[in-house]
Amino acid sequence: MSPREVFALRDHLGTALTERTISDPGHVISLAELSRGCCLGDRGDALNGRSVLIATSGQLLAGLALIAIDGVARRMLLCPPDLKAEHLSSIIADAEIDAVVTDEPGRFSGCAVNLIVPVGLPQPSAQATKTVRATEWLMLTSGTSGVPKIVGHTLEGLCGAIIGDRPVPGEAIPVWATFYDIRRYGGLQIFLRAIVGGGSMVLSDPGEALADHVVRLNARGVTHMSGTPSHWRKLLMSGSVAEFAPRYVRLSGEIADQAVLDGLKQAFPLASIGHAYASTEAGVGFAVNDGLEGFPATLLGEGRGAVDMKVVDGSLRIRSTRAAHAYVGRAAAALTDSDGYVDTGDMVELRGGRYYFVGRRNGIINVGGLKVHPEEIESVINGHPDVRMSRAKSRRSPITGSIVVAEVVLTADADPARAEAVRNEILAECRARLAAHKVPAMIRFVPALDVTPAGKLARADA
Amino acid sequence: MSVRLRIIAAIKQIADEQKVRLPPLTDELTLHETGFDSLAFAILVARLEDDLGVDPFTLSEDVIFPNTIGDFIGAYENVPA
Repeated sequence: MSPREVFALRDHLGTALTERTISDPGHVISLAELSRGCCLGDRGDALNGRSVLIATSGQLLAGLALIAIDGVARRMLLCPPDLKAEHLSSIIADAEIDAVVTDEPGRFSGCAVNLIVPVGLPQPSAQATKTVRATEWLMLTSGTSGVPKIVGHTLEGLCGAIIGDRPVPGEAIPVWATFYDIRRYGGLQIFLRAIVGGGSMVLSDPGEALADHVVRLNARGVTHMSGTPSHWRKLLMSGSVAEFAPRYVRLSGEIADQAVLDGLKQAFPLASIGHAYASTEAGVGFAVNDGLEGFPATLLGEGRGAVDMKVVDGSLRIRSTRAAHAYVGRAAAALTDSDGYVDTGDMVELRGGRYYFVGRRNGIINVGGLKVHPEEIESVINGHPDVRMSRAKSRRSPITGSIVVAEVVLTADADPARAEAVRNEILAECRARLAAHKVPAMIRFVPALDVTPAGKLARADA
Repeated sequence: MSVRLRIIAAIKQIADEQKVRLPPLTDELTLHETGFDSLAFAILVARLEDDLGVDPFTLSEDVIFPNTIGDFIGAYENVPA
């Protein structure tokens, strides 16, 4: 491919650059400033052909760096906010990193990389950066234990699901926001939709209270918003929903159960509400917009578009032009099977022409030899009108190895005096709909449940 | 309430939840005769651990296999404080 045929993120900025912005709690940067300026202090040329680690303290500078470096560097690795310091050196070695773009140079003074390029807000620059190559985009998986895996993507693959989202001329500019961090797959999808799809982007900030975040979403006129079901449940619980009216609400990253879909429909009656399946490895699989949990079995099959799907041994397998092309590193495993399918590890069950997600393969609880997915129990518990969210988990047992127990967060307007009645109603529903070994042996009411930095319910035992 | 009475109450509660018809709970009744399956016992042991603060089956260095209701209750009563 000749360099002229390569398009980088900067070549997709589109029009209306003065009106379109990228913002966080402290800054509003217009795309016009961005296209006229440079955030790398005119040192972008030094990154030509390099393997660059983008390690910034916040999302805004990471987003600016992506636009500045794509099409220049050989590869760029987007460092998520919670990367552990002890994993840094192995990731630098595996990704053959030879330059770091950061606003915290002190963090890298002792590491083997000698080219450190500071990144800051864009400054006017006479020198226009040219796209000279297709840069490889590297992301890290968000697993809970061990060194994260490095996953290789291309801009083309990452943008594969962003078709037909361009605004019609004359229509209002879409304003995108996400509860995710854009340095993870789910958040990056939204960032790319905003940039490539002709919109603006409102970034989240972990230090900001939810009520303040909602005020800012409204002030910036957010129309499109995404997050995990846990993120959305937190918003529904916050009492801040009444002031917010997005047109487009998307859930991904965890199982979207009927209760959270119905709760969002009630909170945002005019919005389009859907859930999408995507993973860092498999890319965007599909979107479901009929308001129901699960997905139609007719989505399975081959040769009908960019994504082929099948179910083998209960787990969803995806072959897709949007999937990552490989794991990167010295001891990298194969990303796909010999037919090109990624095993997602997400377990599904067919009921009445529809597949339902039941949980992660490695999150299974073993009760005396019988398998239980915590998610299928949570889905039943979350169906109770007084329940906002729940976590089913394993408790060790000298008799059966494990038993299942559950922690439950009630809705803000649930009557605490009814807790005992709610417990009995939940248990009755579980007994009616689940096998005996899946019914929680104990239910504990808790004020809140932890959510990981990736926006997913924290599962200590998974 | 004594340890014995709390154990009996927990057994009755679980029998009710699991739709198990209990025979009269005498010390000589074997655990098998209660009609409880291993899941029901696992739930019982977990609830008693929360209620009484001990799990004699995990605590013990010797593996305890109680045969009767009397043995089972004894395992809780004889836990060193």
